[in-house]
Amino acid sequence: MAKLILSMDGLVLKEIPLTKERTTLGRKPHNDIQIDNLAVSGEHAVIVTILNDSFLEDLGSTNGTVVNGNPVKKHFLQNNDVIELGKYKLKFIGEAAPAAGAGGDKADFEKTMVLRPSTMKAAAQAAAAAGGGAQAAVAARQAAVQAAGQSAAATGIADKDAAKAPAMAAAAPAAAAAPSAAPAAKPAQPLGAIQLLSGGNAGKELELTKPLTTLGKPGVQVAVLTRRPQGYFITHVEGAVRPQVNGQQIGAAPHALKDHDVIELAGIKMEFFLKT
Amino acid sequence: MDLTQILEIATCTDPGMVRSHNEDSIAADAANGLVVLADGMGGYNAGEVASGMATTVIVTEMRQILSGSKPYQVDAKTKEEIAPKIVREQVLKANTSIYQAAQTQPQYAGMGTTLVVCLYYDNRMLVAHLGDSRLYMLRDGKFKQVTRDHSLLQEQIDSGIITAEQAKKAAHKNLVTKALGIDPTVEPEIHEYPTKPGDIYLLCSDGLCDMVEDDDIGMTLQALGANLKLAAEQLVQMANDNGGRDNVSVILVRVLREYPGTKGMMGKVFGWLK
Repeated sequence: MAKLILSMDGLVLKEIPLTKERTTLGRKPHNDIQIDNLAVSGEHAVIVTILNDSFLEDLGSTNGTVVNGNPVKKHFLQNNDVIELGKYKLKFIGEAAPAAGAGGDKADFEKTMVLRPSTMKAAAQAAAAAGGGAQAAVAARQAAVQAAGQSAAATGIADKDAAKAPAMAAAAPAAAAAPSAAPAAKPAQPLGAIQLLSGGNAGKELELTKPLTTLGKPGVQVAVLTRRPQGYFITHVEGAVRPQVNGQQIGAAPHALKDHDVIELAGIKMEFFLKT
Repeated sequence: MDLTQILEIATCTDPGMVRSHNEDSIAADAANGLVVLADGMGGYNAGEVASGMATTVIVTEMRQILSGSKPYQVDAKTKEEIAPKIVREQVLKANTSIYQAAQTQPQYAGMGTTLVVCLYYDNRMLVAHLGDSRLYMLRDGKFKQVTRDHSLLQEQIDSGIITAEQAKKAAHKNLVTKALGIDPTVEPEIHEYPTKPGDIYLLCSDGLCDMVEDDDIGMTLQALGANLKLAAEQLVQMANDNGGRDNVSVILVRVLREYPGTKGMMGKVFGWLK
């Protein structure tokens, strides 16, 4: 979707997606984009968006509309065009902006859509009528399921506006570069471990291979160590007292662990370290 | 019956790492034992509108009905409990609202939403769902999926075209076969299950289950079950750490105690009086 980035003196104020067919600009409050500045006319200009194309039209404003330094009456907006209204600048970012470029039409394929049963039924009935027989109907139903899967992307009945990243199986080359649909493989990161420094099991070592490891005594004090792409974090789970890291009680938010941090939890001290 | 002291509820919703806006919508009404999660679809901001309408309509309408009657009340005519009927009716009401808005306003054309609704009453849970948003349950350390997606993928698995393993890598995870607001009428799938104190229920949008393995979700609930709010945040964070390609929403419900309905004589008398 094309959008405008409103800025003044190089300061970005707002991003405005061009969702409507007509987006009006002006000083008066009924405009879609209101710019409260005396240099801007009440109804200054309008941007008409048809499919992927946007046109800017000056509505006979007092001070005129300037695009890329040239005054215009009517202008076919191109990617990165800068519209100037007084001190304000509006940068136009077209449909084929970088984000969309990566996905291209494959992104459509990834959006969630509703598959109407009626389309499948119609296909199944047509096939059944042609071939006859129960077996054919079953086969047709399956074929319809498959066909519908392939065609739904093209017909787009109700696409969930949640482009989930490039397709995988259908676009093998893209899949190699992009993360796959299954949870991404754990990035290579140093493995962390803790070694108990006090208590009955002092000296014992525990490798933190799982995404999360809980420590402590349930009902008394429990903390969780989470393994994330950014590293390891400790978070308080339950108990009146929060765990300490290097003698300091941690807050409610996850606390990032550094190599050789000393954790104290339920009366037991332990050291966190990264294995090489 | 006020269930505020019986159900512990934690929610978390996040746009994810890729999308700029959140089309998921969640609502929880602990007093009435009602939780609703919807994942909207449709151009620009229509998805948000659809999911928002679904949760608002269902919660408001249910609240009104439950203020005057009990879910386990028996209908005088049909001799059946009213719970499935009232839930179904409210889902249909939401369907009509969304469908009509989509028909009359061009910017909303084609919008729709998935839905999971859970109503807790009388030591039971009624779940109604449409589309690929899910309900999971953690009981006695076992984590399992309760609802079955209404999706092309699930149909293919059921008909034996592909295996569950292949499904994880399938390209068309995104096609749902049922949704709210797409057609003039819809038939939600409704089931009833007994609940046990200690159970944890997870309602989530596909932004979670597509990004995080079921095993990891189960492990998180088990490890962090003591702190429900943290568990909800942790799940969203895990989805985002794995790429967060869609909006992520979770609702966690823990049953703290038994909550039998006062059925028996009182309920029957009440039923007759109606």
